[in-house]
Amino acid sequence: MSKKIVVSDPLTPLKEFTAARIAIGRTGTSIPIKETLQFKLAHAHARDAVYSVLDVEGLVGSLKTLNLPLLHLQSKALSRHKYLKRPDHGRQLDEASEQQLKDHNQGYDIAIIIADGLSAEAVNENAVDLLKILIPNLQSAKLKIAPVCLVEQGRVAVGDHIGYGLDVKLSLILIGERPGLSAADSMGAYLTYNPRPGLTDESRNCISNIRPQGLKAKPAADKIFYLVMEAFKRKISGVGLKDDLIIGAIGH
Amino acid sequence: MSYSFKVRNINYHFADLKTLLAKASPYRTGDVLAGICADSYEERVAAQIALADVPLKAFLNEAIIPYESDEITRLIIDSHNVTSFNGVSSLTVGEFRDWLLSDEADTAALKTIEAGITPEMAAAVSKLMRNQDLIAVAKKCEVVTRFRNTIGLKGHFSTRLQPNHPTDDLKGIAASMIDGLLYGSGDAVIGINPATDSPAVVLNLLKLIDTVRQQFEIPTQSCVLSHITTTLQLINSGAPVDLCFQSIGGTELCNSSFGINLALIDEAYQATLSLNRGTVGQNVMYFETGQGSELSANAHHGVDQQTVEARAYAVARKFKPLLVNSVVGFIGPEYLYDGKQIIRAALEDHFCGKLLGLPMGVDICYTNHAEADQDDMDNLLTLLGVAGCNFIMGIPGSDDIMLNYQSTSFHDALYLRKVLGYRPAPEFEQWLIKQGINDTNYKNRNELHEFMGTDLKKLLTKISGI
Repeated sequence: MSKKIVVSDPLTPLKEFTAARIAIGRTGTSIPIKETLQFKLAHAHARDAVYSVLDVEGLVGSLKTLNLPLLHLQSKALSRHKYLKRPDHGRQLDEASEQQLKDHNQGYDIAIIIADGLSAEAVNENAVDLLKILIPNLQSAKLKIAPVCLVEQGRVAVGDHIGYGLDVKLSLILIGERPGLSAADSMGAYLTYNPRPGLTDESRNCISNIRPQGLKAKPAADKIFYLVMEAFKRKISGVGLKDDLIIGAIGH
Repeated sequence: MSYSFKVRNINYHFADLKTLLAKASPYRTGDVLAGICADSYEERVAAQIALADVPLKAFLNEAIIPYESDEITRLIIDSHNVTSFNGVSSLTVGEFRDWLLSDEADTAALKTIEAGITPEMAAAVSKLMRNQDLIAVAKKCEVVTRFRNTIGLKGHFSTRLQPNHPTDDLKGIAASMIDGLLYGSGDAVIGINPATDSPAVVLNLLKLIDTVRQQFEIPTQSCVLSHITTTLQLINSGAPVDLCFQSIGGTELCNSSFGINLALIDEAYQATLSLNRGTVGQNVMYFETGQGSELSANAHHGVDQQTVEARAYAVARKFKPLLVNSVVGFIGPEYLYDGKQIIRAALEDHFCGKLLGLPMGVDICYTNHAEADQDDMDNLLTLLGVAGCNFIMGIPGSDDIMLNYQSTSFHDALYLRKVLGYRPAPEFEQWLIKQGINDTNYKNRNELHEFMGTDLKKLLTKISGI
């Protein structure tokens, strides 16, 4: 048997131009074991992230310093399996959670929601850092913040549902994005002006890829704060707001 | 018309053809989500037994989406070929399944009836077929298409080289493209999903592929998978467009959510044809489909996701495409939950497409929230290889870093060629041999890059400096 089974790849110098899995060599015509296992590890991280659980205790503990009341809510999807099969259930709250909202409907401006989405890990790791920057800014802008809602088995649209239930002018949801092989801890932020059930993506603004190796907490918080203030000023969110911002950016 | 079947003391009643088809469908999460799935195992089989007795002619008399309200129904009915249908017009759906598997139904016989089969007939019969039936019949169909090479010949198997990059970086894309070409990938098309639909970006990507193709005289075609209106705009401004791409669905409402209709597709089809860039043929369209798009757009009219997917093939076949690709596992677990559902759906789509005369390929893929992994993709890859699938995707290490899902790798295609003895498109194979690339084991790859020049980085800078 020859010592060197795996054939190294002459294209290795090209790896610097892309994160794609190029120049991975071959054995016969198959992918060598080292690369195969790296791929499996990345997939394992992504799968574990999908089944990770919202760290309610940890989040409550870390958010104490902000002195805001917290609500612990649950969507209509009572298990992860149900969540994956029934996106409609993940967009609504169960009855007990609905009742909690009614008890806290007290003329707030903005609702902040933290939901597991497709990667609880992402919000467990990234939500607090972002809110510690964002919330003081919102308070300085004299916005009345409703109790922060932690939602288990929540989809993006549950944010609009909660915003409507709390009768706020704007809802902001921080949610775990669908894990990819390159990142399993990516958090997304979606904001909706005049939130209500039944809205779709075009009514929301999204800031994606919030994580230490992606969009960091500080620039993400700044961007969200800017969008929130613009949304309040123009009384819109979604496609219209985004287009205006782009035009504005070019104009200045 | 209503249908029924009695099992023991329960009389199962199905209000119309649409309901019968939905209840007869193999279990999948999308139909549950739509609330149209069979309520029990028994009801599903009762529906299948009832469906087996439905005459094929019934599908010409009862539209599952009204003729008046849907242009795809109108297309299906108005383009139905009665002469072709004559060969099978006396059969029920069950008899049709038996006939398809009979020795009488050889490649030529299947070609003869092609234009007489409607998507609903194909979907109906597929619901009565096991996976091996779907494979056996698809294997007998041969759908050959041509542009700069010949795709779909028996014994041949092609790949779309998919060198995507999250920011459309030209060097990044070129690097993946060279990697793929040196593994013999890209005979179906070199096709990039752009991260943005901006015409300027799409134009640069088109120029990039065109430069590489011309510099190395590669007998293949390029495509940037932008919206059809963007492609049309680029054609009108003189861009090097080989193939016109569009995602399509099986209802007028779904297509309208994609911002398209038959007239617009026809306009783009005629514009692409007028460029006359094909050398061995003029199949200029590339369509993508996938079960669940209609429900996802809330445009399914209560039709099950497999039947409405087959209706998209009526749209495709009107425009004589070079490639049709069911992106089967991209949609997510709320439509196709796990490997079992993805595999079944892919075999159904491939079968229905082939029976209707389409050059079917499959993006053998899954997302990270589906209960599936690379082993499921290996199973599906092997099954589709046996079934004679025209093409699959070739992505570096199976990992698409732009679309964030997993598909098949350059290596996967070589595995299939090796175990099943398939060869690339003939013109492309000749090119590979000429460049010293082709070799069943790709033994010479280490020296192969020399045909592109020894300094690959310089090459990359040159071809991406457009």
